[in-house]
Amino acid sequence: MTTKPATKSLVFPRFFPRPNSKTGIWSWIATVDHKKIGTLYGITSFFWFIVAGLEALLIRIQLSQANNDFLSPDMYNSLFTMHGTTMIFLVVMPLSAAFFNWLIPLQIGARDVAFPRLNALSYWIFLFGSILINFSWITGEAPNGGWFGYAPNSGVTFNPGKGMTYWVVGLNVLGISSIAAGLNFVTTIINMRAPGMSMFKMPIFTWMTLVTSILIILALPILAVAGIQLQTDRIYGTHFFNSLGGGDPVMWQHIFWLFGHPEVYILILPAMGIVSEVLPTFARKPIFGYSFVVFAGAVIGFMGWFVWSHHMFTVGLGPAANSAFSISTMLIAVPTGIKIFNWLGTLWGGSIRFNTAMLFSLGFIAMFTIGGLSGVMHASPPTDAQQQDTYFVVAHFHYVLFGGALLGIFSGIYFWWPKFTGYFLNEKIGKLNFIFMLIGFNIQFGPMHWLGMDGMPRRIYTYAENMGWEGSNLAATIGGFILGVGVLLFIYNVIYSMIHKEVAGADPWDGRTLEWSTSSPPPEHDFDEIPQVKFRDDFWFKKYPETIKEYYEHGEIEEDTEDKLSEKSNHEDEIHLPDMSYYPFILGVGIAILGAGFLSNIYIIAISVPIMIWGLLGWSMEPVNDPHPDGH
Amino acid sequence: MSETAVINNHQDEIENTSTGLSNKKLMMWLFLASDVMFFGAFISTYLIYRGKSLVGPYPSEVLDIPITTVSTFILLMSSLAMVLALHYLKENEKNKATLWILGVVLLGTIFMGFQFYEFNHFAHLGLTPRTNIFGTTFFILTGLHGGHVTIGILWMAFLAYGSHKGTLRSDNAIDLEIAGLYWHFVDIVWIIIFTVIYLISANDMPPAGSELLIH
Repeated sequence: MTTKPATKSLVFPRFFPRPNSKTGIWSWIATVDHKKIGTLYGITSFFWFIVAGLEALLIRIQLSQANNDFLSPDMYNSLFTMHGTTMIFLVVMPLSAAFFNWLIPLQIGARDVAFPRLNALSYWIFLFGSILINFSWITGEAPNGGWFGYAPNSGVTFNPGKGMTYWVVGLNVLGISSIAAGLNFVTTIINMRAPGMSMFKMPIFTWMTLVTSILIILALPILAVAGIQLQTDRIYGTHFFNSLGGGDPVMWQHIFWLFGHPEVYILILPAMGIVSEVLPTFARKPIFGYSFVVFAGAVIGFMGWFVWSHHMFTVGLGPAANSAFSISTMLIAVPTGIKIFNWLGTLWGGSIRFNTAMLFSLGFIAMFTIGGLSGVMHASPPTDAQQQDTYFVVAHFHYVLFGGALLGIFSGIYFWWPKFTGYFLNEKIGKLNFIFMLIGFNIQFGPMHWLGMDGMPRRIYTYAENMGWEGSNLAATIGGFILGVGVLLFIYNVIYSMIHKEVAGADPWDGRTLEWSTSSPPPEHDFDEIPQVKFRDDFWFKKYPETIKEYYEHGEIEEDTEDKLSEKSNHEDEIHLPDMSYYPFILGVGIAILGAGFLSNIYIIAISVPIMIWGLLGWSMEPVNDPHPDGH
Repeated sequence: MSETAVINNHQDEIENTSTGLSNKKLMMWLFLASDVMFFGAFISTYLIYRGKSLVGPYPSEVLDIPITTVSTFILLMSSLAMVLALHYLKENEKNKATLWILGVVLLGTIFMGFQFYEFNHFAHLGLTPRTNIFGTTFFILTGLHGGHVTIGILWMAFLAYGSHKGTLRSDNAIDLEIAGLYWHFVDIVWIIIFTVIYLISANDMPPAGSELLIH
């Protein structure tokens, strides 16, 4: 490859030299390495997982007995609002993002994502946004309108404090982060695949990341719209959701759920992708019906747009709308069911290893199926009319979001931990961790089905004696603490692993996909040589070429790719990694101050503008790679 | 075979990507998809709330189609300037390219001037975002569109400077092309806004019975 003549470019005055430290705090602040950013995402979102978990335990203590006064009603409102908001936007989404960051370049055989600096920006905005929204605890005005922020209850008339303003500004800041990350990952997956890796040779996790990222790109702007409308209503006195001015509070529900239902699939699809990687590895079989799993995921992502009004069956939209959304909701169970059967088919006849990652994945399938079934139940409007706003719904979505998304994510943590760190997590502690979490989870959320059927309403800070609810509520509280012990065991396991350092090789599980072909942890440039892909599960067939015939009976699968590959690989001689940069951090700080400005006053907004301009101009005038003294 | 190999090599030197599309361009298209949902939700809000104002001024009392037609025409002409700018940049005609990029900046600024005038004028007529639901939906939707145009103007000004300094040239014309995608998109959104707010709603009268409600 001939070296291009150095192109002249505009130079923005630098106030400090370009960062290049490999260790210390500045190496993290200025990093553009997808693995480091993934680690940052993981640590930050795990911290918020602990916070949101503690909020849940406080709620459970309050509900453990009738007429309890452990929490004030106001505090209770704030706690359930922040528990939901934190778990969704600061835990499950960014934990998934941690996996995207770590794994997507490794799985598609790339050296980084398409836009490394944008990737860093996504993380910094996420961090500052999460601090912004939780800062409300310190000012004593935590959001209290529920994670769904229903109008008019979230409006300034009924909710005059700053709480919901924190919520709406925080979510808008977080939305920028998510959209930027979504754009980055779709571009990366479509455009940065290793030679030979056609779309239908990509690992399932990569596919699910693609679907999730497309959903993020399309759904988060709608949340931004809802947020802007609510914010102008609250701060500038517009009438979007104010019926006295001609607005309509139901409009909020439509816009919010038009975002909110795709959001549900944004939360669950990454976990489905993780499970689809773990099961084939530990069953030592390729995924059963690869194209069905892929298309089912894509269909879920598509149909997820046509079901939002099932959150609104009791609003009174009329029989036509209710029937249509009921049918579409029942239909979306079909691709979900396809996935479940494909996972079972993957296990069928496999030589299964029951280690912790596998157990979490099996737990995922079982719990997610329960949650899915109760979901189909309230797809029917008459049934939903009985269940709306009861603990039955709480049970349902915790079965899909904890039993589903989080168990899947824990499975992924145990599965890829050796790849991330080079060391195993302890299996014995891991199995204990799984058992405590699974049992605690079921004791906590199982009884909520009965409570809901019995009519116990959600979001009410206490309940009367003699309703027959005490026993189930106490069980749920005890279950919550058992679940908490499970999480503590996980933390203990992480510390144990860091102390005992049980070394894992590059390919500890006999893996199938490209990330296992590089060392654990991977070098900064991920792959010494960009892999050449010929098959789905390419790494597996490189290790066991004798199995190619078994799985591709027609044998001559795309003979000709070989020639194309060798041609393409010739000029992969140099490794170019993007240089580190401060500007994503600077721009992130600017956006955070802008958010704080919307919460306080216009002068703070004025401070944010020059910082953002500094970040943007510096960024756009800074080359991805500074010219090196030795010529390349 | 060797011939195709040479072509492939050449292609790879420009853009070593799976699709052959530049990453930046692909991302801009994806961003536009995202922005479609953004404007789509606001335009839907406008349409659903159309004719729901309880007090005046109503659209028929404030909207001035001829003036907005002029500003719409100016914004559309900026897209023409954008196309010419890209053409001359690719032809390596530096001065013409710079001039046409500045043309985009100028036309965009004139459009924003019209919007500023219109907002001011409406405020004089007593229509603000707080007046009624028409004011709310009108100002927020057109205001956010104006925000997009403003960002586009600043971006174009930055590119005009680059073109003048010779750092934006035919070999990185893609940077201008991407900015152009954004600019054309914002223009298309305006065509929809112009149709939906101005052309369709221009004769919207007070809803039946609203006088009874208020007086």
